[in-house]
Amino acid sequence: MIISKNDVEHVAKLARLEVSEEEKEELTGQLNNILDYVSKMNKIDTNNIKPTSHVLHLKNVFREDVAKENLNREKVFLNAPEHDGEHFIVPQVIES
Amino acid sequence: MEYGIVIGLEVHAELKTKSKIFCGCSNEFGGQPNTHVCPICLGMPGVLPVLNKSVLEFAMKAGMAINCEISRYSKFDRKNYFYPDLPKAYQISQFDLPICKDGYIDIDVEGETKRIRVNRIHMEEDAGKLVHTEGYGSSAVDVNRCGVPLIEIVSEADMRSPQEAYEYLTKLKSILEYTEVSDCKMQEGSLRCDANISLRPKGQEEFGIRAELKNMNSFKGVLKGLEYEVKRQTEILESGGEVVQETRRWDDEKGVTSSMRGKEEAHDYRYFPDPDLVPIEVDEEWIQRIKDELPELPDVRKKRLIEEDGLPEYDAGVITASKGLAVFYDECMKGYHNSKVVSNWIMGELSMYLNENNMEIDECKIAPAQLAEMLKLIDNGTISGKIAKTVFAEMFASGKDPEVIIKEKGLVQISDEGELAKIVEEVIANNPKSVEDYHNGKEKAVGFLVGQIMKATRGKANPALVNKLLKEKM
Repeated sequence: MIISKNDVEHVAKLARLEVSEEEKEELTGQLNNILDYVSKMNKIDTNNIKPTSHVLHLKNVFREDVAKENLNREKVFLNAPEHDGEHFIVPQVIES
Repeated sequence: MEYGIVIGLEVHAELKTKSKIFCGCSNEFGGQPNTHVCPICLGMPGVLPVLNKSVLEFAMKAGMAINCEISRYSKFDRKNYFYPDLPKAYQISQFDLPICKDGYIDIDVEGETKRIRVNRIHMEEDAGKLVHTEGYGSSAVDVNRCGVPLIEIVSEADMRSPQEAYEYLTKLKSILEYTEVSDCKMQEGSLRCDANISLRPKGQEEFGIRAELKNMNSFKGVLKGLEYEVKRQTEILESGGEVVQETRRWDDEKGVTSSMRGKEEAHDYRYFPDPDLVPIEVDEEWIQRIKDELPELPDVRKKRLIEEDGLPEYDAGVITASKGLAVFYDECMKGYHNSKVVSNWIMGELSMYLNENNMEIDECKIAPAQLAEMLKLIDNGTISGKIAKTVFAEMFASGKDPEVIIKEKGLVQISDEGELAKIVEEVIANNPKSVEDYHNGKEKAVGFLVGQIMKATRGKANPALVNKLLKEKM
């Protein structure tokens, strides 16, 4: 067992997910199964293999530094649950 | 007990590219809320960010100017956290393979050079802005700043006093200004500084528990915030307490820091490589090309002003700390020969008027060539040094040529001996007491009489000639 129920609770909290007690048990089992499965790779000798830092084999894809036209405000707010025509409105963020 | 101070700084600088880091939205400061946005910086699903090439080159340039090693292989990662100013709920940043590492900046500490190591510089996107409206139970979000390119420059904990931190920040700012990668305006937020600060008993190797300081919005604020924190932590330790590891906010108005939130949870960012952005590989040729573009940096420029122009170290330091002033100086020297005179006017009148008007040198109406012209008019006797100050004030206000101002205001110096002699005689006749004092050995009386002559000529009398005539006629 690599993942404990505490880990599941912690990760769920960070992801803002509400998980029932039942689900916690279920997820703990599933996550451990996944890690078990992946850990088979630990048996492979990787001494002479460079760590993979990225899954893609592409590199150096850039755009030139040119400003283009921006989205107009109507479209900007199209999906917003709440706005005042200038800003997105969100529940108050308490600072301090 | 005596305590040693340990400070490290994290500085964010906005890069002044034309467009944002991963999309083509305008990177201009300001703008109506939510007008510099597109599906990419709004964090819409299914969009594909692509790196702005200039951002990479600016970051490389800054890295070279800070003596860093440029990573041949670099990549972007996602830093995950929820906050309404971050629409994607992750910030694209660089975690384990930043673009630059292992640099340093040399600062002056009481006449000695001290090397402050720079751990790394990485590229990342800025977050949006929250506008808090009191009492409405809601906050307003402006996404314009989302995706503005940033570099974060992370120092080692090498600074041992708030003053050293201040010197480091000042030097860093001037280097970034010279390389022209950032505006570095702390008030506008294009340069931001967070600090880690801890105390430890003198002689102890191990660092103490640190606090992270945020919201220091000016250079003075950084100095004052750190000084306050030294005092606060000293008091805690002296009374046998323990400093809590936390983020604290500097309140400039009240002059205190206060706790923001517990750190443990806030820092569980679960970084992982961003699959939308491909790795960056930089070769020697590219690095060399950027290196060739590097301008003369502050330290080299300072050395040149001392060695080639013969300026005192202090003057050279003040002038080269600001790229704008250094350029102004160099331009002025093209039209005038005496470096110390130029430096005096730049550090004196020019700096004074800029400060009084809260202006930057690039907003100044006086062209360097005009100052050179004015200095020549002093040398050839057209105006006195005192009148020059009046002329300079007018140049600063209107940007007019000194000759034009002198002509318009009738400020040409009176160097005609016959004309001056009459005035001198008059003043002598009207002030017998001072003349008597002078003959009794009171040199100060001369000063008074010169003052009277200047008053009579509205400051236009040639001072050398006045002195000569006075002494002759008494």
